[in-house]
Amino acid sequence: MKNEKKHMFDNPKNVKRLLAIFFTSVVILFILDFFVHKHAHFPWENWPVFYAIFGFVACVLLVLVSRFILRPLVKRKEDYYE
Amino acid sequence: MNNVCIPPAFIFIIGGLLVPFLSGKARSTYVVLLPVVGFINLISIPMGTLMTLPFLDYTLTLVRIDRLSLAFGYIFHIISFITIIYILHVKKNLEYVAGFIYSGAALGTIFAGDLFTFFVFWETLTVGSVMLIWARGTKASAAAGFRYLLVHVTGGLSLLAGIVMMVIKTGSIKFGFIGLTDAASWFIFMGIGVNCAWPFLHTWLTDAYPEATIGGTVFLSAFTTKTAIYALARAYPGTELLIWIGVGMAAFPIFFAVIENDLRRVLAYSLVNQVGFMVVGIGIGSELAINGAVAHAFNDILFKGLLFMSMGAVMYRTGKINATDLGGLYKSMPWTAAFCIVGAASISAFPLFSGFVSKSMVMSAAGNHHMIAVWLVLLFASAGVFHHAGIKIPFFAFFGHDAGHRVKEAPPHMLIAMGLAAFLCIFNGTFYKPLYSILPYAATYEPYTLSHIVTQTELLFYSALAFTLLLLSGIYPAEMRAINIDFDWFYRKPLNAVEALCARIFNGINSVCDLIFVKTLTAQINGFAVNATAKLTNGLLSPILRANAINHGPDEKPPSSQLVPRDVDVEKAFSTGTSPIGIFAACAGLMIVAMYFFA
Repeated sequence: MKNEKKHMFDNPKNVKRLLAIFFTSVVILFILDFFVHKHAHFPWENWPVFYAIFGFVACVLLVLVSRFILRPLVKRKEDYYE
Repeated sequence: MNNVCIPPAFIFIIGGLLVPFLSGKARSTYVVLLPVVGFINLISIPMGTLMTLPFLDYTLTLVRIDRLSLAFGYIFHIISFITIIYILHVKKNLEYVAGFIYSGAALGTIFAGDLFTFFVFWETLTVGSVMLIWARGTKASAAAGFRYLLVHVTGGLSLLAGIVMMVIKTGSIKFGFIGLTDAASWFIFMGIGVNCAWPFLHTWLTDAYPEATIGGTVFLSAFTTKTAIYALARAYPGTELLIWIGVGMAAFPIFFAVIENDLRRVLAYSLVNQVGFMVVGIGIGSELAINGAVAHAFNDILFKGLLFMSMGAVMYRTGKINATDLGGLYKSMPWTAAFCIVGAASISAFPLFSGFVSKSMVMSAAGNHHMIAVWLVLLFASAGVFHHAGIKIPFFAFFGHDAGHRVKEAPPHMLIAMGLAAFLCIFNGTFYKPLYSILPYAATYEPYTLSHIVTQTELLFYSALAFTLLLLSGIYPAEMRAINIDFDWFYRKPLNAVEALCARIFNGINSVCDLIFVKTLTAQINGFAVNATAKLTNGLLSPILRANAINHGPDEKPPSSQLVPRDVDVEKAFSTGTSPIGIFAACAGLMIVAMYFFA
């Protein structure tokens, strides 16, 4: 594949650039949160960066539970049912 | 009002049955035009139409057009049109016919105004869908299709039992609000629940959908669960139990989706997750919640169809669907990748994409009713769905580790179909008023508030942050060539063992009986009937025969002039009915003597 056209993410610089943009927007959102008035149904929605923390923690928990609890319980070989 | 019209289902079902009479370009034109004709017919039927038909002592309502059924009617026509374009590469007629019967049955179900018509179309739905699974033609699809059929037939029987009980009790076959009251309503509730893929009843979906044909899965993702959502919205709105069922549906599949390798199965799990939001909405039952459920069903059909289409295109070109075999496809299939990302953004409910304007209605309704637990689980599920459907699907198929596939972009008809679905996903998300205008109730909800945009974006970006950090740190579970067992394990393993045990026991009894009654006893009775007289005669004649044998010795040949009783022949002669006259006469005489003594 030497002669193949170089694609966007073949260049590590572009990957870094993308990550940099992503991390910047994460920080901007964090700051922005303090300036937005929330239409809250529940009191904790007014806590600063509640949604950010919730999203992050939810996904970490999701991955940890799936990987370390669910997978050992349910993983089988591909020909298990055959 | 003129209540006579062409039932939308008939156009699809009868039109579908005519497909085999055409071929080549004519067939392609025909199948694409059929949903268009259907749609024109649909919009020409006035709101409030009730087309009735006398049947025995009852009145069937073949078509009932109200706001609830019409919203589903629109989207069913749209997705049929898109999916038919998507499968234009298919040469065999089966998929087209099955697709039209299936979508036609879905239309028949949602427009049915009575329980009888509803049931007939409901069962047709199963027939059409199982054909789309079997059309794949693999051993796995055949087996999955049979399991699918068994589950749905069982669900159908529950529904039928409920309907019969209800009709006997009320005397009416009208299909309207039922609510959970008596046994009949529970049977109907559970029958619908099977098609709705409730937890524990969901395994037919995650088992069979990934085994269907490339286009079949797109069809399947649209109709069965959504007709069930319609039926629940019609018959059980505001049933509190549904809230908890929906919460379960929204929550548990995301864990399975994270570790699943087959990307179409990941989507099947996320389908259950999305239907969970709709079920919660129906359970809450307020106008906002029902609107949210219907709007989300409308959008889900589009974005889930789009995601299945993009994965189907990947499968069509590479022949692979497992995450372990894919990666880096953005290089060769950039358009498919772009459409997949639109679908992923829509299901994740990014602002400007369709999920944003519909999922939030259900969330908001839960918030309005101060359902803390429900709201928190749904928020968790919102983050989770972004994680597995929003990031995992595009990342592992199109980016991530380059698996080295250098294939062509998806064929033009697939790109057109995906493009249409992607356009509608963005259109519904950006210009949401047309969608809101067809919902069952007047929609006053405003999705684009600064608060909603910022909080939702925050939730999604920090989910993405978690994904990125976990992936970079290596904690993210690597895709593995493995399968994950689910509740279908219970009917695929222990039930299988029970079946094997029963087979052992009953086959054992069977073979013992066979040995005793068929092989031994019957043979003996038979032998007795055939040989008894011969044996008896032989016994009675034995003094003579023995004396004869002694006179001549065993090997000595008697002189030919002498009359010799042929001892060895007696039994044979009796069994063939060729005994010598003398012996026969002697037997007859003995018989008369015996009768004289015993009578």
